[in-house]
Amino acid sequence: MSLRIVVCVKYVPDATGDRHFADDLTVDRDDVDGLLSELDEYAVEQALQIAEEADDAEITVLTVGPEDAKDALRKALSMGADKAVHVEDDDLHGTDVMGTSLVLAKAVEKTGYDLVICGMASTDGTMGVLPAVLAERLGVPQVTQLSEVFVGDGVVKGRRDGDTATEQLEASLPAVVSVTDQSGEARYPSFKGIMAAKKKPVESLDLEDLEIEAEEVGLEGAWTAVESAAERPARSAGTIVKDEGEGGKQLAAFLAERKFI
Amino acid sequence: MAEVLVYVDHVDGAVRKPTLELLTLARRIGEPVAVSLGAGAEATAAALAEHGAVKVLTADAPEFADYLVVPKVDALQAAYESVSAAGSPAAVLVPSSAEGKEIAARLAVRIGSGIITDAIDLEAGDEGLVATQSVFAAAFTTKSRVSKGTPVITVKPNSAPVEAAPAAGAVEALSVSFSEKATGTKVVARTPRESTGRPELTEAAIVVSGGRGVGSAESFSVIESLADSLGAAVGASRAAVDAGWYPHSSQVGQTGKSVSPQLYIASGISGAIQHRAGMQTSKTIVAVNKDAEAPIFDMVDYGVVGDLFEVVPQLTEEIKSRKG
Repeated sequence: MSLRIVVCVKYVPDATGDRHFADDLTVDRDDVDGLLSELDEYAVEQALQIAEEADDAEITVLTVGPEDAKDALRKALSMGADKAVHVEDDDLHGTDVMGTSLVLAKAVEKTGYDLVICGMASTDGTMGVLPAVLAERLGVPQVTQLSEVFVGDGVVKGRRDGDTATEQLEASLPAVVSVTDQSGEARYPSFKGIMAAKKKPVESLDLEDLEIEAEEVGLEGAWTAVESAAERPARSAGTIVKDEGEGGKQLAAFLAERKFI
Repeated sequence: MAEVLVYVDHVDGAVRKPTLELLTLARRIGEPVAVSLGAGAEATAAALAEHGAVKVLTADAPEFADYLVVPKVDALQAAYESVSAAGSPAAVLVPSSAEGKEIAARLAVRIGSGIITDAIDLEAGDEGLVATQSVFAAAFTTKSRVSKGTPVITVKPNSAPVEAAPAAGAVEALSVSFSEKATGTKVVARTPRESTGRPELTEAAIVVSGGRGVGSAESFSVIESLADSLGAAVGASRAAVDAGWYPHSSQVGQTGKSVSPQLYIASGISGAIQHRAGMQTSKTIVAVNKDAEAPIFDMVDYGVVGDLFEVVPQLTEEIKSRKG
């Protein structure tokens, strides 16, 4: 039987751009170019490697986001995913992690899955909790923050590098996995892959298709509220000296003046 | 005064510093009730009482070590429900480690509460608890609150001072019945991280980091010597970690650790956004770099343009001689 892999990805504003907030204190998506979150490329890569090892597998890449989020799906398809699902609905604007996890859970169930793979965090929200919440909502094992992952015989195994220990984990499928940036470099799409991606199916779903009420998501349905966002004041210009043989001693003098020595 | 649940991060009974910082924040909001799980849970009580815990709820069972995350969520939920019997707690506070955030988030969805992660400050507001966060690689500071349910908030290390505030710290056994899902993900092996003898990176008052400019794994000894002269933790940029010169557990930046020490010394680090995201909130920033145009110099309090292999050893020697 075919191994059904769903990779959840996020379309984010480019972290090297001048990111800021819109008037409603949601992330401004208009003035900065968007792209597939770099950390989700690792999830797509691991999905491709797992699919290559399996006798028969199908990779669906799933995102929740505005029209432009199709770019993130297209990138994942060009890397080699088989098909895509795009959940798009005007009522989703401003949805927080609880709403997003609800939408993803419904979409994953509708798509059908044996294995869900996520990145370790998004590069904009950076919470890193969505995979755990998704596992909670789906009621399946959470096998997260993996730097190595193997799937075979209906079991997922992986290595989790924690703060105080490295753990070897094991769970039965279906399960939700997240992988870190230590899991292996993501491949670049080939020209052939880019051409093939244009013909791969992208299914569009809205809230009604997922039987989710508008009040459950969006800015109004969020369980958290951002009250203010202020640009961090630029650090005042420091002292820069050129080392003429005494740089280390000058630096020591500065540290002593600040009472660090 | 309403109770505030504080999830305790400890290693075999030794309470980690971020938990003591949480107690400082919890005392601003209400009466801290600590939740301490696993082997050594009861041994945490003395330190928790010393720092303000009115009560310490403890539970130990093999499940906490043998299975990932969910048994701890079950226990924290049991603690939440036991406290709620006497009135809704003011908040649930959890240290912002990778595991802490996962535990907090799963609890939040179960109890129908919003969650805020990686707060750097907490204060009471007219409409409830207000959490400060540093976002977009620390380019913005936001203030947010949980608008549904009991606020579940994870707090970054170094966000509050550790304060002695002796309280009763009465130990109570917490009764936990594990959910069917608790045993879903088995921890088949666990290898404790080898101690470097240096402070924990995220908790350290001083962090000394090396980057691409260090050039090799062997050369990191220059960075380590400086760190040891200051009693500091050692960090590394992603470039240095990707090159295999230093372990990923020491990586500072967006995909590594986020640090906020009193002093951050960057050597041979250009200061790309990926790195800035993890250290920009440091109080004092110092850099040594050959390239006068490196972006790191835009954010330093003091910078030396020069060869780190000249400057850093000289600095180390000078520190040693000043410390006598």
